[in-house]
Amino acid sequence: MSAPLLEVDDLHITLQSDGKVFNAAEQVSFRIGRGEAFGLVGESGCGKSITALAVMGLLRRPLAVGRGRIVLDGEEIQHASAARWRELRGSRVGMIFQEPMTALNPLSPVGRQIAEMFVLHQNASWSEAMDRAEDALRQVQVPSPERRIKDYPHQLSGGMRQRVMIAIALACQPALLIADEPTTALDVTVQAEIIDLMTGLCAAKGTAILMISHDLGLVANMCRRVAVMYAGRIVESQPAEAIFATPRHPYTRGLVDSLPRLGERAKRGRQRLREIAGVVPSITAFPAGCRFNPRCPEATDTCRSTAPQVTRLPDGFVRCHHHG
Amino acid sequence: MKLGANTWVGGSLVGIAIAAAILAPWIALTDPVMDANLMNAELPPSWEFPFGTDAQGRDIYSRIVYGARVSLTVGIVSQICNSLIGVTLGLTAGFWGGWWDDVVSGLTNLMLAIPSLVFALAIMAILGPGLVSLVIALGLTSWSYSCRIARAQVLSLKSQGYVQAARILGYGDLRIMFTQVLPNILGPLIIIATLGMGGAILAEAALSFLGLGIRPPFPSWGSMLSEARDQIRTAPWLSVFPGLAIFFTVLGLNLLGDGLRDILDPQATTRRA
Amino acid sequence: MLLVLVRRLGNIIPTLLAVVALVFLLFSVLPGSFISGMNEDGRSVMDPAVMERMRKEMGLDDPLHERFLKYVGKVATGDLGTSFRTREPVAKLMGARIWPSLKLVFAAMAFAICVGVTLGFLAALRPGSLIDTVSMVTAISGLSLSQFWFGLMLMYLFALMLNWLPSFGYGDGGLRNLILPAIALGVGPMALLARTTRAAVLDVLNADFVRTARSKGMSERRVVEWHVLRNALVLVVTIVGLQFGSLMGQAVVVEKLFSWPGVGSLLVDSVFQRDMPTVQGCILLIVLFFLFINTLVDLAYVAIDPRIRYG
Repeated sequence: MSAPLLEVDDLHITLQSDGKVFNAAEQVSFRIGRGEAFGLVGESGCGKSITALAVMGLLRRPLAVGRGRIVLDGEEIQHASAARWRELRGSRVGMIFQEPMTALNPLSPVGRQIAEMFVLHQNASWSEAMDRAEDALRQVQVPSPERRIKDYPHQLSGGMRQRVMIAIALACQPALLIADEPTTALDVTVQAEIIDLMTGLCAAKGTAILMISHDLGLVANMCRRVAVMYAGRIVESQPAEAIFATPRHPYTRGLVDSLPRLGERAKRGRQRLREIAGVVPSITAFPAGCRFNPRCPEATDTCRSTAPQVTRLPDGFVRCHHHG
Repeated sequence: MKLGANTWVGGSLVGIAIAAAILAPWIALTDPVMDANLMNAELPPSWEFPFGTDAQGRDIYSRIVYGARVSLTVGIVSQICNSLIGVTLGLTAGFWGGWWDDVVSGLTNLMLAIPSLVFALAIMAILGPGLVSLVIALGLTSWSYSCRIARAQVLSLKSQGYVQAARILGYGDLRIMFTQVLPNILGPLIIIATLGMGGAILAEAALSFLGLGIRPPFPSWGSMLSEARDQIRTAPWLSVFPGLAIFFTVLGLNLLGDGLRDILDPQATTRRA
Repeated sequence: MLLVLVRRLGNIIPTLLAVVALVFLLFSVLPGSFISGMNEDGRSVMDPAVMERMRKEMGLDDPLHERFLKYVGKVATGDLGTSFRTREPVAKLMGARIWPSLKLVFAAMAFAICVGVTLGFLAALRPGSLIDTVSMVTAISGLSLSQFWFGLMLMYLFALMLNWLPSFGYGDGGLRNLILPAIALGVGPMALLARTTRAAVLDVLNADFVRTARSKGMSERRVVEWHVLRNALVLVVTIVGLQFGSLMGQAVVVEKLFSWPGVGSLLVDSVFQRDMPTVQGCILLIVLFFLFINTLVDLAYVAIDPRIRYG
């Protein structure tokens, strides 16, 4: 197998609060190959967003990268200098965020915000950059791009703003695009369009995608491999079909089961939507042993006392006492 | 509950001022008005007169200590006045709406358009100089802040249905105002009053300095400064000490207000890192 | 855009009218206070017949609403009455004083903006650092200062002790006379601006779109230049506007201290001499200035924030 584009190895992210240090994420490891779509799934607060920020070097106080490595194209970047990060961000790794309204500068026309990328990384003049910004808008299928480049963010709909964000992130053809819940804040009808646009553009340019979401169904449909995070740790990582067909970890199973499916009522008769009981623990109060044990239907004493080790699978791993 | 440095330092300064005011008869060295010995006029600070003496030979230290009473009283009374007026107007305006709300909003805008010092000057022009008119004037100048907060709170509660629910339960308007709205705005009100006290003390100093406030021979920090102005060349300590008294007291109130804001009203716009 | 302008300007009129009404009411509320004021001056007691004639002249016996309308009419045409003291038209008295007051206010504001905004900015860019603490301590001290006491101390240090600057007066209208009063007046707004700028910049630095800017690979300096500045400006402009407007009122004491021949010192003198028409005129002028500045600030918003323009 050729060298992966991105390798995250035993990454720890620390959180400082009231003088104490907590681990917001631990032992996070995954690999993304060139051009591959990889999904990171979990509930709010599980640490997936801060992992993404760590890969971009955007963690700020009170968060910081602790132990572990982040290797981009063979280069270790977890403690890269500010100057190196400036070169990498935007040109090698791009990111789009969840809330397109607040993610764009309200006082600057969207065309200029796209054009900034070309001025920053490709030494373009502003007029060149604005022309290329218009092209970029065309690529993300925004109608009448020559007019739109002068619009301000508040004049665009949510879906259009997200297209602008995609245009910005992909402007300099990065090798990796990180998408942090890009469609969560959008209308359902628009979500599919945006996802298709993203995957289409990335496939055409050979850009790998790190897709972060709480929606397992969405991620499994667009990604080749999926990792499931819970309470700061990756609990399972498998190819997408395997995650659906044979989920190993009880949490993954709970997630898969809780997805409503068409035709299910016909098969199984009337039933309530299935859910996973309990809530995600807070960073300052993780349970001992396996962190999922308070909510796990199969928890035993071992689960409550000892943290499970990683068990390797044919194409992935799982972290569970019973199914490892 | 962690109390920041602001609250401690501010609270201490204010505490000292209050203590000085209350304990004045015991910690002053002389009678601030009567003990005037022209033989001792304009002496620099010494063991006998820690802050020196003024043109009439009175001990500055004692006058400052007694002056604390005036400044703090003016500050407290005027702020109580402002709060009462502001809260009443704000609550009723928000509650009853309609033309009354328009009137109150118009008045508030009007008050905001007139600088408070000018307004106080105008009122004192009518009422004449003296302590009472000073307090009245200062008590009428800054009610608009508490008014706005009270009104905003009522409107927000109204839109959340609290008021309707209470009415359905049969509560009268007054009761709703007192039990629902007031507790929510108590925090911001205290902050406004604390910061407002500082402003009132500064205003009192300014007005007394102009000759409109407390008239000599009674000691108020402001009137002491106005007396001191002409002697600035020969006896600078006459200006320094009353000014420092004002500065530290107001600083204390400002720090305290800031500290309280962190505790009571954490969503306020002034934020630290 | 023009519509916005016209609307904003139109908003002044009701407030101005209300202020005129308030001023009118305040000084008419004590019947005969105008005339009796002259007696308290210590001048010779006036002949009752003369007083009666003056009352008729001034229309003090007419019903209140008539007097008010007459007053509004006069004000609109620039006739602010006649000073009791000097018998000159109030407008003329004030006219000579406007420029010195404006100079003082502008100079004070310039000082406040230069020092205050800079301090606030530096403090926000390095929160928790030494410069942050020093700036904020300076700011809160500035807010706690009695402006005239500070002016007095400045006067003592720079004029009397060091003899670098004149201690009072307008002099030839040059810069040397302006420095001390401007600093004394400007220290309060400077402090407020420092605090507000710091808060505004911090807010913006933590905003989502700044994170986006960083994710583009921008240096922190570029982030500040291209994205932070304009957004923080909005809040700063608000405060500058508010402070500016009320500075003329706050200048009253500083003007008196430094014997500065402005509208403020005229106001104080008139209050003492119970020269009511002049007092009224000064108050109106100060308020008009405030409203005018407010409108300018509103217009500045329209220029800075496109959401208002195209929203």
